Amino acid sequence: MSKGEIVLETRNLSMHFGGVQAVDSVNFTLWENELRCLIGPNGAGKSTFFKCLTKQLRPTSGEIMIRNVQVTGLQPHEVASLGVGIKTQVPSVFDGLSTQENIWLSARRWHDAMQAHRLTSETLERLELGRIRDKIVGRLAHGERQWVELGMVVVSEPWLVLLDEPTAGMTYEETVRTADLIRVMNETATLIVVEHDMQFIRMISKSVTLFHEGKILMEDTLEKISSDPLAREIYLGHRSN
Amino acid sequence: MRGTFTIAALGVLFMVLAPSVLELFAIINLTTAIALAMLALSLALIWGYGGILCFGQTAFFGVGAYAYTVAAINTGDAATAILIAVVVAVVFAAVLGYFMFYGRISDVYLAVITLTVSLILYSLIRRTSGPEYKIGDALLGGFNGVTSPPLNLPWDRTFLLFPEHVFYVAMALLIIVYVFTAWLVRTKFGRVIVSIKENELRAELLGYDIRHYKLFIFMIGAAIAGLGGVLFCNGVGRVTPDVFSLYNSALTIIWVIVGGRGTLIGPMLGAFGIFYLVSALGTQSTINNNLILGFILIVFVLAIPKGLVPTVGDWMIVRKERRIQQARERRVRTKRTRSSARVTEVGNE
Repeated sequence: MSKGEIVLETRNLSMHFGGVQAVDSVNFTLWENELRCLIGPNGAGKSTFFKCLTKQLRPTSGEIMIRNVQVTGLQPHEVASLGVGIKTQVPSVFDGLSTQENIWLSARRWHDAMQAHRLTSETLERLELGRIRDKIVGRLAHGERQWVELGMVVVSEPWLVLLDEPTAGMTYEETVRTADLIRVMNETATLIVVEHDMQFIRMISKSVTLFHEGKILMEDTLEKISSDPLAREIYLGHRSN
Repeated sequence: MRGTFTIAALGVLFMVLAPSVLELFAIINLTTAIALAMLALSLALIWGYGGILCFGQTAFFGVGAYAYTVAAINTGDAATAILIAVVVAVVFAAVLGYFMFYGRISDVYLAVITLTVSLILYSLIRRTSGPEYKIGDALLGGFNGVTSPPLNLPWDRTFLLFPEHVFYVAMALLIIVYVFTAWLVRTKFGRVIVSIKENELRAELLGYDIRHYKLFIFMIGAAIAGLGGVLFCNGVGRVTPDVFSLYNSALTIIWVIVGGRGTLIGPMLGAFGIFYLVSALGTQSTINNNLILGFILIVFVLAIPKGLVPTVGDWMIVRKERRIQQARERRVRTKRTRSSARVTEVGNE
């Protein structure tokens, strides 16, 4: 693994819901140009961890640094304004607006009117969304809505991309296309992907962080993790038995 | 923008023609209706487009009316007073909005807070009947209210406008503000406002500071409501604490529900329609007014939840699509008859 600059780091990050320790003093480091998958069984804390990174949740204690910026006290829009592209678990899109306008709103945040228009058209073409360009997003299929949200991330040209279950509700073909898209994005950006779908992780993964009971259990390549007996037991175990 | 200009042109036509057709009393009444339409427009903007359910939009309307009246009595100049009224309404909204939006108060609580503010003003102003409650030369007058000085020419304070002139001013301002808001919702700012209504989280994740945008649209809404208040006290001739009453707060919401959220013209038509309905109902005493208003609200919420204008709009789109579909079917049918006729001909040979 070529290790460049650290782009994201958490120190003793904890998130408690009442007595439940969803995330328990996690020390996490992400290096430049990495494509890191966060895996773990249900309730392992990976989604809560993700939501702390994107400021959808305020962590109970601990620190988050993005490129040496202390983001612990920042507002969600301030994290996004650092150049972080975020896709949430449940598709978070503008349901009452058209596909085109959804993506334009993302482009317009960073660019003037003309350039935003051009970038929007390019992205629509690149993600093959031209067919549903003028459709109201609320009436699209689940997989298509996921792609609209991915489009909003892509068009903002982020250098750090955080994706929470990007392929949930997608067909196999759509999943393969998403994997391709993620690999292309990884050429210019560092990514964190939270996923359940092992087949999908095999398509994209370079390195994997395995969460278990709010803690990082291990961090390695997918091959090493899938051959580890403990990891198999808690996560992949049921299938191999 | 074409629809906007069509509506604006119809408004101008109405403005020019109405005084020559209607009697003076009707014109004065119309000025009051225009003031209410302005209030409806302000709520159409911040609720219908911004998703901010402000139950106390009348607070800014009333503050505008009182500020105008007090300022006009003290300065003797209407133009200054109008400016002061709008500024006071905006500053009031800025302070209130800052705490609500930067404190991330959610929808329902925001509605409750704004309504409460309006009701607090209602109780406060009602208690100002003594001679000690005066601002400069203006006695606040408790529940009797204050007589509002009429508009005057900006360059001649002694020339007071006649009621028909006030009507022209009111209608012209309504048209200008309508065109302004229609333009505003098409700008980047307006589109972001709509996106915040659609999904706050997503707007934030795109990097937009939603607190800032919400506060700004709230202040613009207050400016428009305040201007409506100025027109209102000019139409009625005085301002009383009733502008802050629960009845008026609820009525404003009803206009927008009846006219339709997501349009600007709808709530204005709603305000006009209900104003004249209430006037008409006032002449009879068989059924209670509020009963009928309540009934209308229930019918709309249950049967026409989108409101009049969007429902008619949808209906027109469906009809147009059906017409296109029918034309296509007709074309296919004629083609088929033609080809089958040819087959018969060939068979005959």
